Amino acid sequence: MTPEQIIFLIVAVVTLVAGISVVTSRNLIHSALWLILSLFGIAVFYVLLDAGFFAVIQVIIYIGAIAILFIFAAMLTRRVMQDTGPQSNSNWWLGALIALLLLAGIAVVLVNWQGFTALAPELINPSGRLSQLGLALVSPDQYVLPFELASVLLVAAMIGAIFVAGEKKQ
Amino acid sequence: MIPLSWYLIFAAILFCIGLYGVLVRKNAIAILMGIELMLNSVNINLIAFWRYRSADGIAGQAFAIIVFAVAAAEVAVGLALIISIYRRRSSIVADDMNMMKW
Amino acid sequence: MNFLTDPINFIANWLGNLLLSFGMSQTLVTVILKFIGAGLVGTFGFSLVIFTIWLERKLYGRIQDRLGPNRVGPWGIFQTFPDMIKIFTKEYITPIGVDKIVYNLAPILSVSAVLLTWAVIPFAPTIVGTDVNVGVLYLVAVGSIGALGIILAGWSSNNKYSLLGAFRAVAQVVSYEVPMVLALLIPVLLGQSMGVNSLVNAQNVWFIILSPVAALIFFTSSLAETGRAPFDLLEAESELVAGYQTEYSGLKFGMFYVGEFLHAFTISALMAALFLGGWRGPWVEQVPILGVAYFFIKTFIVYFVVVLIRISMPRLRIDQMLDFNWKFLTPLALVLLIVTAIVEKAFIILVPSLQLMEVGVPWVRAGVHLLMNIIVVWITIQLLKSHRIKAVRVVAKPRPIAVAPEPPASVIS
Repeated sequence: MTPEQIIFLIVAVVTLVAGISVVTSRNLIHSALWLILSLFGIAVFYVLLDAGFFAVIQVIIYIGAIAILFIFAAMLTRRVMQDTGPQSNSNWWLGALIALLLLAGIAVVLVNWQGFTALAPELINPSGRLSQLGLALVSPDQYVLPFELASVLLVAAMIGAIFVAGEKKQ
Repeated sequence: MIPLSWYLIFAAILFCIGLYGVLVRKNAIAILMGIELMLNSVNINLIAFWRYRSADGIAGQAFAIIVFAVAAAEVAVGLALIISIYRRRSSIVADDMNMMKW
Repeated sequence: MNFLTDPINFIANWLGNLLLSFGMSQTLVTVILKFIGAGLVGTFGFSLVIFTIWLERKLYGRIQDRLGPNRVGPWGIFQTFPDMIKIFTKEYITPIGVDKIVYNLAPILSVSAVLLTWAVIPFAPTIVGTDVNVGVLYLVAVGSIGALGIILAGWSSNNKYSLLGAFRAVAQVVSYEVPMVLALLIPVLLGQSMGVNSLVNAQNVWFIILSPVAALIFFTSSLAETGRAPFDLLEAESELVAGYQTEYSGLKFGMFYVGEFLHAFTISALMAALFLGGWRGPWVEQVPILGVAYFFIKTFIVYFVVVLIRISMPRLRIDQMLDFNWKFLTPLALVLLIVTAIVEKAFIILVPSLQLMEVGVPWVRAGVHLLMNIIVVWITIQLLKSHRIKAVRVVAKPRPIAVAPEPPASVIS
């Protein structure tokens, strides 16, 4: 067991336990905190995958903005400080069954794929990839169109959120 | 060394946990958290495939960045909608939002 | 390297060789050395706070025409130790109805967010915790963890005033991250790298000369991030008791307190590293340990300015603060970013045709950027002047007070 594998297993277990706690916790703020833990675990995975830039972006966007949004929304939409009652539907067994069936289906498809147990190839020029990504996002023959569309989407989402959640002045 | 299969199975399990959260939880905010878990597992898949199959290209990373942006936009709009509904109906249980017009 | 010019790396090498000779594998040795380094950086950060708290209280006193602490040790140097002992030995009063895990986690998150920043700051050319090539983004990321600590502290206190204070605090911290990130992008543009050590290396001319407006924006938004005056609405002692920290006592409050002072010192260190040239100075290549001295001199100069601002300026209101951020700092930072990018690109294209000497190129570049910054500042001041209140509305003519009133008309006739 190389150290990388040990780290992978520990972080994978932590992230999956945190994920299960997100969907089964009774208290909504606790769910948000478990979500933050699983997002941290995913950031560690990005580092293991030699994508350090994505790890930092994950912490900034997901934990620094989206998780705080979740906590704010959870605080603004409750009338008492404690949660009461069960948090799951009456058909929770059907949901679990569907999730397990999907997992089995994905596993069957993947195992029969011949690239499944490939090992990582060596990376050439690891330090130039950040500028390569930046150039790719603004080059006309690469990915400038999705980049511009994503920025238009973000502006539209921002205006929409401000309008929908804003107080209607009487 | 870590084979690709570990990352793919982990992402699949996380996706199914998120799916369970979306299907089963009553609170609308908790449903959004399940969607976030699913989007994160998709991102892990994208970056793992980029690293193991086409580490010279940049398509996987560009795709993952767009997924980040879309997830952030979707959470913002979703939470704004939930807060607006809470102001009108004082409840964010997903089963209660069953009228097309009120 | 020998011991005199580079002691820390020398000791690290010696320790590594010692552990290797015990038969451990190379990765295990690296992991152990990194753990020891992380522990040393954390301890060093905390012990710096002891000195900076004393420094700040002395400066407060002197500027307010009093002496400051002067009883415990010569010039009151050891004053912080009795304070620490007092805070350690206080009782933890936990209110009813708090969420225990979140309540205890919040001060830890607050302090870790600050301590984690010290991992990427370069003290000398060869002494840096870990030189990530996205160091500047890493700084923003751990700053956002601090905001998380604040909201958790406010919510878990089971006190609606703490919650309100936490909402306002998070609004301030998250809003001021935007101009801070934009102002941090300007050294990244000028130095063409995101790693902090590479940025210090790229400062042939200090970045504060190349772009003083960016330094000012970064300084102001970092002050607002830490919650220091004049932005100290977060813990305005005369208003919300202690804001989101109200229900904390003993060492948990001590953690918030230490975290705030360390954060102020950390932004001084970042300002020195990114804009004032960090460890650069004469003879640093030969004797790397001198870099530490230069770095700390620059940091203490910036910290002195931070304390001066805290002492002398009144507090801003929350709406004034947010207006200042969204209506002034963010557009200014965006405009500055665009202008800097255009000027830099134009300079790169035009430099071969100007036939300058090799040694003069950085200075000409500095001069061009400085000129553009002054033009931006001048345009901003003109715009602000054109928006000020133009006319004074006259309500009534001024009446003299000490004049006897006229008798009523019925008395005269």
